[in-house]
Amino acid sequence: MSAVLASERRKWRKPPFIRNPLARWGLIVFALVYLVLAIGTMEVNWARVYEGLERGKQFILAFSHPDFASRWSDISAGMIESIIMTITSTAAGIIISIPIGLGAARNIAPLPVYYLCRGIIAVSRALHEIIVAILLVAIFGFGPLAGFLTLSFATIGFLAKLLAEDIESTDRSQSEAVKATGASWLQWINYGIQPQVMPRLIGLSMYRLDINFRESAILGLVGAGGIGATLNTAFDRYEFDTAAAIIVIIIVVVMALEYLSGMIRARLQ
Amino acid sequence: MLHLNKLTKQYATGDKALTDVELQIPKGQVVALIGPSGAGKSTLIRCINRLVEPTSGAVVLNGTELTRLGAGALRKARRRMGMIFQEYALVERLTVMENVLSGRLGYVGFWRSFFRWYPQSDVDEAFRLLERVGLDHMADKRADELSGGQRQRVGIARALIQDPELLLVDEPTASLDPKTSRQIMRLICELCAERGLAAIINIHDVALAQMFVQRVVGLQLGEVVYDGPPDGLSPDILTQIYGEEDWEATIAKVEDDDDDLAEGAVA
Repeated sequence: MSAVLASERRKWRKPPFIRNPLARWGLIVFALVYLVLAIGTMEVNWARVYEGLERGKQFILAFSHPDFASRWSDISAGMIESIIMTITSTAAGIIISIPIGLGAARNIAPLPVYYLCRGIIAVSRALHEIIVAILLVAIFGFGPLAGFLTLSFATIGFLAKLLAEDIESTDRSQSEAVKATGASWLQWINYGIQPQVMPRLIGLSMYRLDINFRESAILGLVGAGGIGATLNTAFDRYEFDTAAAIIVIIIVVVMALEYLSGMIRARLQ
Repeated sequence: MLHLNKLTKQYATGDKALTDVELQIPKGQVVALIGPSGAGKSTLIRCINRLVEPTSGAVVLNGTELTRLGAGALRKARRRMGMIFQEYALVERLTVMENVLSGRLGYVGFWRSFFRWYPQSDVDEAFRLLERVGLDHMADKRADELSGGQRQRVGIARALIQDPELLLVDEPTASLDPKTSRQIMRLICELCAERGLAAIINIHDVALAQMFVQRVVGLQLGEVVYDGPPDGLSPDILTQIYGEEDWEATIAKVEDDDDDLAEGAVA
């Protein structure tokens, strides 16, 4: 039986992504050749790497004896500044993001408002935190104010965009039912939209808190205050033990925040 | 009480959903709207409370021309039209009580509704209605914890707490099993009779419609092709509405069992 059918069996293969075999193989060969040539153009000064290895080793070894004590007053001042910067900028960012997120959701905002809010989000996302921080440090001077403003601005691009997308994917029938009762616009948002997006809004806010803390460590490098400034100073003085202590603290705080946000998100839904 | 005058809806895509629909519904009459998918049933009832804007024609409710109202007046008019939905359309993360009270949104101010400080009379009425539909013990459950039949009962309570004169009912039984479907239809029709409400009920199930309503309107491609008593639906007329099919089984008399309401009220 199967012998008879064998000749009639139809072969099946998943159709290739690029149908034209010449184009397909051509692209593969091109990619490989480019990769080889690109690697060839990298200039590595091996002598410099060899010297650097020693410094890298010292830095890594410093983690075995991080020095919290000798610069503790600098570290704690930097930490407190970073934490304040993180919390205030996240709170300010959330408060500003909510109206912008509502305006940037196509299913609830009129077209001019939609374009305006999408424009604000696009600007915020186009500029990297470091660039914004450099600009704001130039305007407001060194210190945590520039960092606070930078992180608030960056939070808007992140939170408003994701909130708007969540609003756009809400179940229409639920909000339609609220509208049909004769609810006003604000009541409609409060009853028809807010319950549907609240868990995600809280989850994203917690996630952003976490990001803002990590960013606050980077922003110090360009003079925008916080623990990053302390870290930068430690590197400049080749105090790898102190730098290691700061990095350990950052890692612990980020992990604690991660655990906290996971716990909060699990309790929602 | 409700008068649709040459109601027409043409979507932006050019599809004509409704063409010159004429309909008069007196106070207290329950009308079933039947027709194939895409005939314009949902569009018709959404044009009445202007969730969908009609292209031309008029909707007149108790002498008020709804189609000419501004935003504020439309909100006030919507309070008098309760709507019941196919997939229940409860706000799933709110409690049963919040869903029922949301029917009062047109009557209370924003801050009262935001802090859930509804007037005691509204809360009393909400409990009375939940008791009437057999769910008063569920008030603080979240809506998504309920079964389909229970959700639809909450949907009915939400529509009734608006103190409406007209119910717009969009496929109330399409997501329910046959027995629950009958219980829900019976509940809607009983409540309409108790309160003297008029209702338009979109429904797929012709036999179910015949069991409960006084009048049937058949819609085909956006036009009214039948308007008469439920027992006037002959195989010929059903063919005209839906197309060729063997209709004898559909319109055969179905035994109506009365014992399941008591059960349903507890469930």
